[in-house]
Amino acid sequence: MVAGLLLGGFYAAVSLGVSLIFGLLDIANIAQPAFVILGSYAAYVMNDALGLDPILTGLLLTPLFYGLGALVYRVYYASFERRGEESLRGLVFFFGILFIMEVSLSLTFGVDYRLVQTAYTSKSIDLGGVGIAFRYLVPCLVGIAMTAGLYLFLGRTFYGRAIMAVSQDQLALRLMGANPVQIKTIAFGVGIAAASLAGALLISIAPVIPSTDRDYIGRMFAITVLGGMGSIGGTLVAAVVLGVAESLMATFFGPSWSLAVSFGILLLALAVRPAGLFGR
Amino acid sequence: MTPRSGLAWLAGLGVVGAGIALAGLRVNPYVYFAGYVILQYVVIATAWNILGGYAGYVNFGTPAFFAMGAYTAVFLIQSLRAPLPVLILAGGLVAALLGLGIGYLTLRLRGVFFSIATLALSVVLQTMIINWEYVGGSRGLSVIRPSGPPFGSYVTFLFTVMVGLAVLSVMVARFIERSWIGRGLAALRDNEEAAECMGVPTLRLKLFATTISGFLLGVAGAPFPYYVTFVEPNSAFALDYAVNALAMPMIGGTTSWAGPVIGAVLLGTAQQLATVTISSEMNLFIVGVVLVAFVVLAPEGILGLVRRLRGR
Repeated sequence: MVAGLLLGGFYAAVSLGVSLIFGLLDIANIAQPAFVILGSYAAYVMNDALGLDPILTGLLLTPLFYGLGALVYRVYYASFERRGEESLRGLVFFFGILFIMEVSLSLTFGVDYRLVQTAYTSKSIDLGGVGIAFRYLVPCLVGIAMTAGLYLFLGRTFYGRAIMAVSQDQLALRLMGANPVQIKTIAFGVGIAAASLAGALLISIAPVIPSTDRDYIGRMFAITVLGGMGSIGGTLVAAVVLGVAESLMATFFGPSWSLAVSFGILLLALAVRPAGLFGR
Repeated sequence: MTPRSGLAWLAGLGVVGAGIALAGLRVNPYVYFAGYVILQYVVIATAWNILGGYAGYVNFGTPAFFAMGAYTAVFLIQSLRAPLPVLILAGGLVAALLGLGIGYLTLRLRGVFFSIATLALSVVLQTMIINWEYVGGSRGLSVIRPSGPPFGSYVTFLFTVMVGLAVLSVMVARFIERSWIGRGLAALRDNEEAAECMGVPTLRLKLFATTISGFLLGVAGAPFPYYVTFVEPNSAFALDYAVNALAMPMIGGTTSWAGPVIGAVLLGTAQQLATVTISSEMNLFIVGVVLVAFVVLAPEGILGLVRRLRGR
């Protein structure tokens, strides 16, 4: 139960990017988990070569990921969105990107499991008789911090509000003299930058192989849909719900079933209430 | 029967005949081994295209349908030692039922949501198979081929069976494309609401497309256990099927039955060559790059390029 709550905080971190890009911008970026795994490997390389803390690496690399995201969005915009055929071919485009990134990683690093060890990974604290491993606690706290950060960014800053405006009415924004493409580039970049940090968290929780991204596609989209498509607070709540459901499932039926939980929740949410728990 | 469709039937029979003749030649066994995979992709790409190309519903769950066919076959081999034609038919029917279910999903889910749901379906089914010990669970299961195939070695026999299945599925796709069903599907692909308003029975057409597509994918998967002789969830549910099923029609061109065939033959052959000469990971890399390149630069596929060159 406690493990599920902690897992939920981490899942929130992983899903924020999708919430932003898919939920608010309506761009079906199914390559997001691949960017997360890229972040994991970046953290691994930096830790291996320089002994840097993974979370520090994740933070340091956000500008790089931001640039990568902005670039991907520009290509996407020029090839699909401008021609008005984004939905079907755009989806295929991102699926291709996902595949290329996954295979490139396995060509570079092989398919061995990689893990980053830090000073705190093996420690734990005792809270009211329940042992809490730092390995889960730290990613959970970072995840909550990221959620809060994104929430404040969207609600309080000029660009954040502009992103919200883009998601509501592009035409109106254009009439107000702002450039929706530029705003969406920023939002997409921020979403991918979040993947850098999320990837760093991922590799400090559990070992990673290039095909780990497949496990997270379902989780990310389940959380985004359940959370109500772009609602940042909803993302956190849905992430916790999924984390608890998964850890309960793993306890009672065995870990091999836990992956089906996220996809089952996703199917159920899509079939019964596509607007999610906190839908607009 | 119009003269054109008569001609098509003749061409189909010709291909089957050529396949049997090739099987009789007994060239290097690897030819049949690789040929089977390419033909299997012809079936898969054609089946995917009936839903994805004609109706515009992108299915990421191809592995689910393929594996349904394969695991239905495994189950029947385990329990009854059923003969191959029964396996193919049963595998197709089970996958068709799954397709029908997916068809009802389209009532609520369109576009991106449908695609994600099919992906989810694939993972849920894989988890169920992993936890089902009777068909091998996560460890997999060895399948013994029946002794004494009607002719040649068992792989050449399976090769000719696959030639027949490929011709069958292309015929089905061609028939759908030329009939009112194909026109109805094209109408709902372009604008579902408008088609519905014009009196196109969209739900019935969508159910038809998902069921037929599922059936053919299951048919492609049913001989798989005898082909590999060792079935385990990771190979039956491989993401390769999803990406290839999508890439091949995209490369060939999605609006005509010829597109998936061209795509499957070109990409399938290239992959076989790359697997032999470089590495199997490299071949997946090539698929990804080619897919993205085509989607960005030539969205109409090779057929579209040819049409543009002809100035039509």
